[in-house]
Amino acid sequence: MKSLGIFRRSFAPWADPNAKPFISFRNVTKRFGDFTAVDNLSLDIFTREFFALLGGSGCGKSTLLRMLAGFEQPTSGEITLDGQSLAGIPPYRRPVNMMFQSYALFPHMTVEKNIAFGLKQDGMPKTEIAERVAQMLKLVKLESFAGRKPHQLSGGQRQRVALARSLAKRPKVLLLDEPLGALDKKLREETQFELMDLQYELGLTFVVVTHDQEEAMTMSDRIAVMSQGRVIQVATPAEIYEAPNSRFVAEFIGDVNMMEGRVALENGHSVLKTEDGVSVPLPEPLAEGREVALAVRPEKLKVSRAAPPEGANLYAVRGEIWDIAYFGDMTVFHVKLPSGKIVKASSLNATRGVEDPFGYDEQIWVSFEPQAGVVLKG
Amino acid sequence: MVRWSRFNIASIVFGFAFLYLPIVLLVIYSFNESRLVTVWTGFSTKWYGTLLTNQALLDAAWVTLRVGLLSASASTVLGTLAALSLSRYPDFRGRVLFSGMIYAPLVMPEVITGLSMLLLFVAIGIDRGFWTVTLAHTTFTMCFVAVVVQSRLQSFDRSIEEAAMDLGATPVATFFQVTLPIILPAVLSGWVLAFTLSLDDLVIASFTSGPGATTLPMRIYSQVRLGVTPEINAICTILIGVVACGTLIAALATRRRELQRQKDERAAFAESMVRTVDPPPAAAGG
Ligand SMILES: Nc1ncnc2c1ncn2[C@@H]1O[C@H](COP(=O)(O)OP(=O)(O)OP(=O)(O)O)[C@@H](O)[C@H]1O
Ligand SMILES: [Mg+2]
Repeated sequence: MKSLGIFRRSFAPWADPNAKPFISFRNVTKRFGDFTAVDNLSLDIFTREFFALLGGSGCGKSTLLRMLAGFEQPTSGEITLDGQSLAGIPPYRRPVNMMFQSYALFPHMTVEKNIAFGLKQDGMPKTEIAERVAQMLKLVKLESFAGRKPHQLSGGQRQRVALARSLAKRPKVLLLDEPLGALDKKLREETQFELMDLQYELGLTFVVVTHDQEEAMTMSDRIAVMSQGRVIQVATPAEIYEAPNSRFVAEFIGDVNMMEGRVALENGHSVLKTEDGVSVPLPEPLAEGREVALAVRPEKLKVSRAAPPEGANLYAVRGEIWDIAYFGDMTVFHVKLPSGKIVKASSLNATRGVEDPFGYDEQIWVSFEPQAGVVLKG
Repeated sequence: MVRWSRFNIASIVFGFAFLYLPIVLLVIYSFNESRLVTVWTGFSTKWYGTLLTNQALLDAAWVTLRVGLLSASASTVLGTLAALSLSRYPDFRGRVLFSGMIYAPLVMPEVITGLSMLLLFVAIGIDRGFWTVTLAHTTFTMCFVAVVVQSRLQSFDRSIEEAAMDLGATPVATFFQVTLPIILPAVLSGWVLAFTLSLDDLVIASFTSGPGATTLPMRIYSQVRLGVTPEINAICTILIGVVACGTLIAALATRRRELQRQKDERAAFAESMVRTVDPPPAAAGG
């Protein structure tokens, strides 16, 4: 397969073999009784990185954060921060702050006091505290709410207080456990970009837990996809989307068509022969007869009335339109292939009003480019 | 609206009469002019005046007050600590045994509690007096405090404490700046409960007190054996007043806080509805 260099942005310390990780999990396992919440996990996070932990409910994301914050001790393995082991260091001595999923604001303190709490613990002079608190209030646009108690605030305002409180100490690392879970869609999207700006401007390292894949894709430099206490893949959002390393990741992020098939030999080369008779060359030789799948995203499948012209270097299959889902900005066609498999092909509605739209049960062609799919062995 | 049937009204009237008639009678007779307790001759407050000259009663009241304040304070500290450890470390060894042992004195006959205290004090050779009563009261009121505080801790969100520690507060700082202020209402009502329990305890005090440390209930009891006087009615009325005030204040404080909270929450909700989308936080300089 081709190098994925094109997907990388200029900020990519993980690609530099000499770069030292800032946070490092080394073979970390966490058990609760006989239940393994985190399973022999290794992970490196770099300075100034916006790192997202993505995974289904109960896969160990919060546990990972809580170990980093010091609320849980790893059963085995080691976590280092800036080269130093965190073992035995209590939460109140770690240069790490956390924004809690439940916000965990102090109910008996005003907004101002909530934000000042961490600074007071450090014995910062009063005038400096006042200055920093004012700055934080301005940042989250809550200046006029300084004297309110948490129960006098709306959900979105509480979330911003929690953010301001966790940022006030300028921690080296900020851990955010589902920071935007309680916000409505619009506010959530706005806040996502604000978090990104904030992280960039203050030069902080963010580790964000989320189970919203869109949120993870939008905000982060890299994503770790987790399942059952293990990391399945760590990569940039584009790599995760375009080059998933397993069926789990491919199916977890976005929509995907899995064209199942077997490895065959054609002219001395390994090819994948799908159920519908398409032969796709494999990047590496594999044992004949082995079951593999070709993962193709819906937007990479093209639907057309005419068969693609000879020599267009496209793979094409005949199919029948089974269902049409119109979303406004795009339309998703569910196409039934000869094998009975139904694939999804999406097409952008770039112009208003199509003259002769596809209809139900229409016989059409589905085609895709040789590079469109990823071969998954697992 | 549910209609009040006659039966309901009758049972409520009867129930309250059953509870409060004796007390009302006592209060009324404390204002009786006559020396004879059961014969009403006219209204007077003179028995309250003579109270002030009854040195024995005043001494006893002073002892009771001191015992109450000291034992309530000590048992509040101990009871709160017990409640904290019981709710914080839910899986330490012997937890079931411990919580059982905390609750047991609640249902133990006072005679047994008093007797066992007496035996202990005799065995280790402490002279009975003011301190032994205080100790005994601390012991038996402690479990009441523990129960009150523990029920508050059940709904306590532990992530608030974690947030405090995350922001650099040591466990001790976390307790005094975060945990204690939040559970303070429960701790205070525990204190009021302990104080009133100590105030009206007769049995345990009788077992554990010695010369020079006669508490008010003990003094009243011994005087009543010689006959009920309007003076006794007067001091009892004062006692009832003190206890009722304490209970009322505790109840009102809790209720007011609750109402205020509901009001605030409604206000915040209404506000968030008015401005459907709040101005979002902006990045620094952005
Ligand atoms: N203190 C605990 N004792 C026992 N089991 C626990 C404890 N904390 C977490 N677990 C278990 O560990 C697993 C991982 O929990 P964790 O909170 O890390 O999940 P998560 O990935 O954050 O899920 P979610 O997205 O629902 O928040 C869960 O199955 C949970 O039941
Ligand atoms: Mg979680």
